[in-house]
Amino acid sequence: MADFLIGLGLPGWLAWSIAALVAAVLLLNVIAGGALVFIWAERKIAARIQDRLGPTRTGGRFGWLQSLADGIKLLAKEDLMPEGADGLLFRLAPYVSFCASFCAFIALPFAFDVVGQRLNVGVFFVVAVLGLEVFGVILAGYASASKWSLFGAMREAAQVVSYEVPLGMCVVVPVMLAGTMDLVTIAEKQSGWMSNWYLFHDPFTFVIFWVYVTCAVASVNRAPFDLAEAESELVAGFHTEYSGLRWSFFFMAEYGSMFLVSALAAVLFLGGWNGPVPIAQLVGLSEGTGDSAGYFVRLLGLANLIGKATFGVLLMMWVRWTLPRLRIDQVMTTCLKYCTPIAAVMFAGAMFWQLFLPGGLLPGWSRPAGEIREGWLEGPGGLSATSAPAAVRSAGVAAAESSDSSGLAKRSPR
Amino acid sequence: MTGMLDMDISSMMHAIVPALATTALPALPMAGINWHSVLFLLFAGLACGFAVGVVAADNVVRMALYLVFSLGATAGLFFLAGAEFLGAMQLMIYVGGTLVLLVFGVMLTAQAPFVSIKPSSSDRTLAAVAGASLLALLLTAAFSVDAWMAPGAGVVPAPTATPLGMALIGVRVDTPPSGSPSGGRVGYMLPFEIVSVHLLVVLVGAAYLARAKRRRTPRAIDAVASAMPVEPAVVATAAVTAPGRTTGGAKSALVGGGR
Repeated sequence: MADFLIGLGLPGWLAWSIAALVAAVLLLNVIAGGALVFIWAERKIAARIQDRLGPTRTGGRFGWLQSLADGIKLLAKEDLMPEGADGLLFRLAPYVSFCASFCAFIALPFAFDVVGQRLNVGVFFVVAVLGLEVFGVILAGYASASKWSLFGAMREAAQVVSYEVPLGMCVVVPVMLAGTMDLVTIAEKQSGWMSNWYLFHDPFTFVIFWVYVTCAVASVNRAPFDLAEAESELVAGFHTEYSGLRWSFFFMAEYGSMFLVSALAAVLFLGGWNGPVPIAQLVGLSEGTGDSAGYFVRLLGLANLIGKATFGVLLMMWVRWTLPRLRIDQVMTTCLKYCTPIAAVMFAGAMFWQLFLPGGLLPGWSRPAGEIREGWLEGPGGLSATSAPAAVRSAGVAAAESSDSSGLAKRSPR
Repeated sequence: MTGMLDMDISSMMHAIVPALATTALPALPMAGINWHSVLFLLFAGLACGFAVGVVAADNVVRMALYLVFSLGATAGLFFLAGAEFLGAMQLMIYVGGTLVLLVFGVMLTAQAPFVSIKPSSSDRTLAAVAGASLLALLLTAAFSVDAWMAPGAGVVPAPTATPLGMALIGVRVDTPPSGSPSGGRVGYMLPFEIVSVHLLVVLVGAAYLARAKRRRTPRAIDAVASAMPVEPAVVATAAVTAPGRTTGGAKSALVGGGR
């Protein structure tokens, strides 16, 4: 886009600023608009699960303007701060939470070439930034000068630090299959029919997807893992003392993170923006072209990804209103005694599957993974450009070939 | 249809925007600014400013927070330099690791002696000497470099993660710096393995130290229980949170995790 603006005659700095601003505002709208819709959906789903109707009046038939009315109410609320609170940190905490949630969206691809900033280490970046959200919670708990808040924050800290371990292990498996940490490439590699999704790659990835779901729910602090705001014990946990707009920032961060981990699950395991049936490819359209057909295919991919992520969020809501809250020791048991060992075993399993059955059980059913797909290795200027195969099987082969072709790299003595 | 629309709009924009650019913008001198340097100075200034804040603050939690911001700005510097893997690593390990520091800060500051930390003058002197000598060393090293590489314009940084990962498993695929001999370029398999095993040992050791201790005989538990009205862990909880009643939430929050 920046190139387009430069082409129009704008100076470079202005073009880049406008392009960055457009991307940032779009992402902000994903979070804010998403929160509006999801809060409404959550109220309706909760009501239906509990045999109620939920909001029905505001904005016509289904109460679909309820979130907006809530937003106006929150804007008009008095902004209170407890007397003993640490003012600076109290004011800062909601923004820290929100910024962490927002920053992680930067590296998330929504469709082919529709990504805020394509990072070579996208997965890693998203997981790292998502882990920073807990800072806001801890600061809020500390700065509120309230025991309820402090307990909530301490629980959150213990929980998030523990669950990052199995979450990281789950995320590593698709990275291993794709041979890259680039989210765009990972999603591209799952294009085609549904059987190319990493969810169906082998039994281990199927299991580890559900471990990922568990850990993701825990890491975004949703029921049944919402001990930080256990309303039956801690009033409202870390946001007990917050009101008005500051409080709503916490909620936007929460719903933003829910959407983010769902979208990450979609990219890592559910084919990203590739639908279950490659309609566009069957018709003969390609997303890589820059004409309007290409843009239409990208729009289709965008709808695909947002649909998958929304499905993930709705799944979390369903879980929240179905399962009772766990105790803190049960939360820790789930993490340390179940999720972590299962994730470790599945990781090893996926590794051996990759080693011994790289083509899958049925040849031709699913695409073999594990080639090095990094463009700089195989592109026109890449190291393996002169060697015959475009996609190199394994690291050792890659090194051998590149040393054959260019003499730059040598295999190290074992 | 859509294509025609696109063409119309873009041709219109082509007509309008240069006019705008030439009428409204030429007065601004911004085109000549090296934005890479501006961003570098911004991040570097943030990092240094918050680092000073860490030293100047007297509240443990605020110190930890400033440290987080300082380290985050350093991660921004890494991203700016195109070292995405290093930047993400910085975020995950250093910024994320400070989380634990923050937790300890929160737990400590509920007690009176730690709310405000004021170092003694001897501490200050010692820290100033150590800091100044390190700064002098770094500055000497910095100014001894003949020519710093200028921020490249339009240089696409090569991906950083794959060469790193392959170097760690013993294969170097990156191009050597010009002029250096390409021979003898081995990977880092052995250091990687040593560090891995070392970390594993540390992990096992930590788990061993933190395990639930098994009491020798059930009698001992009775004796302890009769001698002390409450368990030591609960006393610790009460001391950590605040003098006064500990609620069920406190026990489950702080004690229950260890069981």
